[in-house]
Amino acid sequence: MSRRHIISLLMENEAGALSRVAGLFSARAYNIESLTVAPTEDATLSRMTIVTVGSEDIIEQITKQLNKLVDVIKVMDLTEGSHIERELMLVKLRAMGADREEIKRTADIFRGNIIDVTESTYTIELTGAGSKLDAFLEAIDSAFILETVRTGASGIGRGERSLKI
Amino acid sequence: MAGECLPARRENREIKVRKSAGWLPWHDFLTVTGQNDYPHGFTNELIFYQFMEATGAEIVVRCLAEEGVEFVFGYPGGAVLNIYDEIFKQNKFKHVLVRHEQAAVHAADAYARSTGRVGVALVTSGPGVTNAVTGIATAYMDSIPIVVVTGQVPTPAIGLDAFQEVDTVGITRPCVKHNFLVKDVKDLAATMKKAFIIAATGRPGPVVVDVPKDVTYHTTDFEYPATVEMRSYSPVVKGHSGQMKRAVQMLLEAKRPMIYAGGGVVLGDASEQLAELTRLLGFPITNTLMGLGGYPATDRQNLGMLGMHGTYEANMAMQHSDVLLAVGARFDDRVIGNPAHFAREQRRIIHIDVDPSSISKRVKVDVPIVGDVKNVLTDMLALLKQAKEKPDVAALNAWWTQIELWRSKNCLKYNRNSPIIKPQYVVEKLWEVTKGDAYVTSDVGQHQMWAAQYYKFDKPRRWINSGGLGTMGVGLPYAMGVQLAFPDAQVACITGESSIQMNIQELSTCKQYRIPVKVVTLNNRYMGMVRQWQEFFYGSRYAESYMESLPDFVKLAEAYGHVGMRIDKPEDVEAALKEAFSPALKERMVFMDFQTDQTENVFPMVEGGKGLSEMILAEEL
Repeated sequence: MSRRHIISLLMENEAGALSRVAGLFSARAYNIESLTVAPTEDATLSRMTIVTVGSEDIIEQITKQLNKLVDVIKVMDLTEGSHIERELMLVKLRAMGADREEIKRTADIFRGNIIDVTESTYTIELTGAGSKLDAFLEAIDSAFILETVRTGASGIGRGERSLKI
Repeated sequence: MAGECLPARRENREIKVRKSAGWLPWHDFLTVTGQNDYPHGFTNELIFYQFMEATGAEIVVRCLAEEGVEFVFGYPGGAVLNIYDEIFKQNKFKHVLVRHEQAAVHAADAYARSTGRVGVALVTSGPGVTNAVTGIATAYMDSIPIVVVTGQVPTPAIGLDAFQEVDTVGITRPCVKHNFLVKDVKDLAATMKKAFIIAATGRPGPVVVDVPKDVTYHTTDFEYPATVEMRSYSPVVKGHSGQMKRAVQMLLEAKRPMIYAGGGVVLGDASEQLAELTRLLGFPITNTLMGLGGYPATDRQNLGMLGMHGTYEANMAMQHSDVLLAVGARFDDRVIGNPAHFAREQRRIIHIDVDPSSISKRVKVDVPIVGDVKNVLTDMLALLKQAKEKPDVAALNAWWTQIELWRSKNCLKYNRNSPIIKPQYVVEKLWEVTKGDAYVTSDVGQHQMWAAQYYKFDKPRRWINSGGLGTMGVGLPYAMGVQLAFPDAQVACITGESSIQMNIQELSTCKQYRIPVKVVTLNNRYMGMVRQWQEFFYGSRYAESYMESLPDFVKLAEAYGHVGMRIDKPEDVEAALKEAFSPALKERMVFMDFQTDQTENVFPMVEGGKGLSEMILAEEL
């Protein structure tokens, strides 16, 4: 049975490291729903969060193959334990007349912030799990949406569970 | 004949040639002395020890020397000219000039396969790299430790579509264990060290080091590190003791045990331990195509190769075993056939492999043991010797009775009275003439399977072929790599008229370096394996598998300066082989063109997608 997994990994912050991971997924026909990467507090390390879908066998292979990459230091399947998942979305909406108030109310309900305002548009910043961002988009009349940009999920284990070298 | 390996002559230079008794040209290695028209006078000592500061090119060459590299197989070009200039000035290792970069990598690969040491190839940027890719992918699929140094356009030109530029790191990424682009000469020595460590340890594999031309003339202080720490790379060495105990217990409980040993045994130099374990237990054993020689083929406990063209007894024992010990093998599709069919029979599987990702990839296993095969087998042997229980002799006897019944089918029999040369017969005779002690390389196709089935390898590292990628054209460059590593050994390349043409230009390299390999061409005027599949599965519609307009191989061999033979009749086979391997031709490259039966097929055969026990046997047609 296929299930959504969030895989977190630490790797050397070196040129080409990202393409090794991306290349692995395409070469072995694994799914990538999203992939985010940035350096950590230690600038020699990059932390990557990959959201993928697959059966237990596939996920086992994915983690093994990731571990096999020479640049990869540690791999953790966050979905194996309790964890927190967050994604950032920026949405630009057509906001004119009476709609402005309605859009602001909806943004408030979702704890979004309006971060840019013009006479005819709002840009809203929203963070949360992917499903919350989906819900916001469903709550807004699609005719208002000018553009959306999402970062893909970042994840971290709860409590003492952490990924470090 | 030393002139053949002379560099381009320059007018005001005196060249002394040191003569020696050896047959290889570097036994006549050049010493360049006298009026010296080089910017700095040189001797090797000076180059190697006097300058603390070194150019990138010197660093590459000195790193290779520090690694104890014997041979660098390569082909020069613009981006590597500085490196070649340094090679010219040294004599720590020999450079072997091939005729195509693919062959350079194959030869380095074969050197590694036959010696267990890291093979080295050197190619230029752009087309040098793309030509090398087939060789790199071939080594990758069979986990062969090689380091390929590639030239690259100067760093400021990277990404600007410069002349002979390709994204080497990008192109090779999916077919290397790891690769590096060295942008700073200060990183070069450490990167070379890392390349050798990564190539040789854990599950071995090819490593590419891409060196831009400007890096080769930039200078830095040179010191070759004894080792390099890599926090992200630490292959497992020792097996898990609890798992090994469970494994030993399981083996001792087995009623119908089977040992299935792959290329990991050969690569991990574990054949001694494997043999001891197998004999101690009295279990049947089978070798994969890559594992041939890992356990002696002539030993009674060996059921022969398994898989698509494996023996009846090996495949049946595999399918019907109740406990299976897989050692350095990966349950490849050509080995176990359809995994669903394989899983129909209940059996418990123990799997020893250095690469965790090989375990439970195609087949679920019960006892995974990750570790170096040699270490794990050594530890398991110790546990076995301590164990109070012994293998179940009654059950084993019954199992062997069943196996002998399967074996009595004599699945490798063929028509020995044919008026046309049977390819199997040639391989059998080759085995006899070489007393089973030759290094045998092969290309890919029917001849490869016949070589694997009929040449009984009793020692590891004697059988050199492209198992994973199935690269036609490897045979001749493989033979070169092996012969250079073992100048006194008998080296045969079993090939077909189609495969051999894929790297036929290397006959020229054989001439230049006097590499006396013996090419055994099983010439059936067809791409035999393609023809066989077309006969079986495509209604005998032989689309494009007939080899029209073949060259006269005898004349071709002679044109390249070698000995050519054409053999048409079965009664001439043995004499031709004896002559080729006779002392008179010991120093000559001999090309034997055996005109073999066009209709012969490889049996047994497991059709693609079928189960391992669903074999087509010769007699069933």
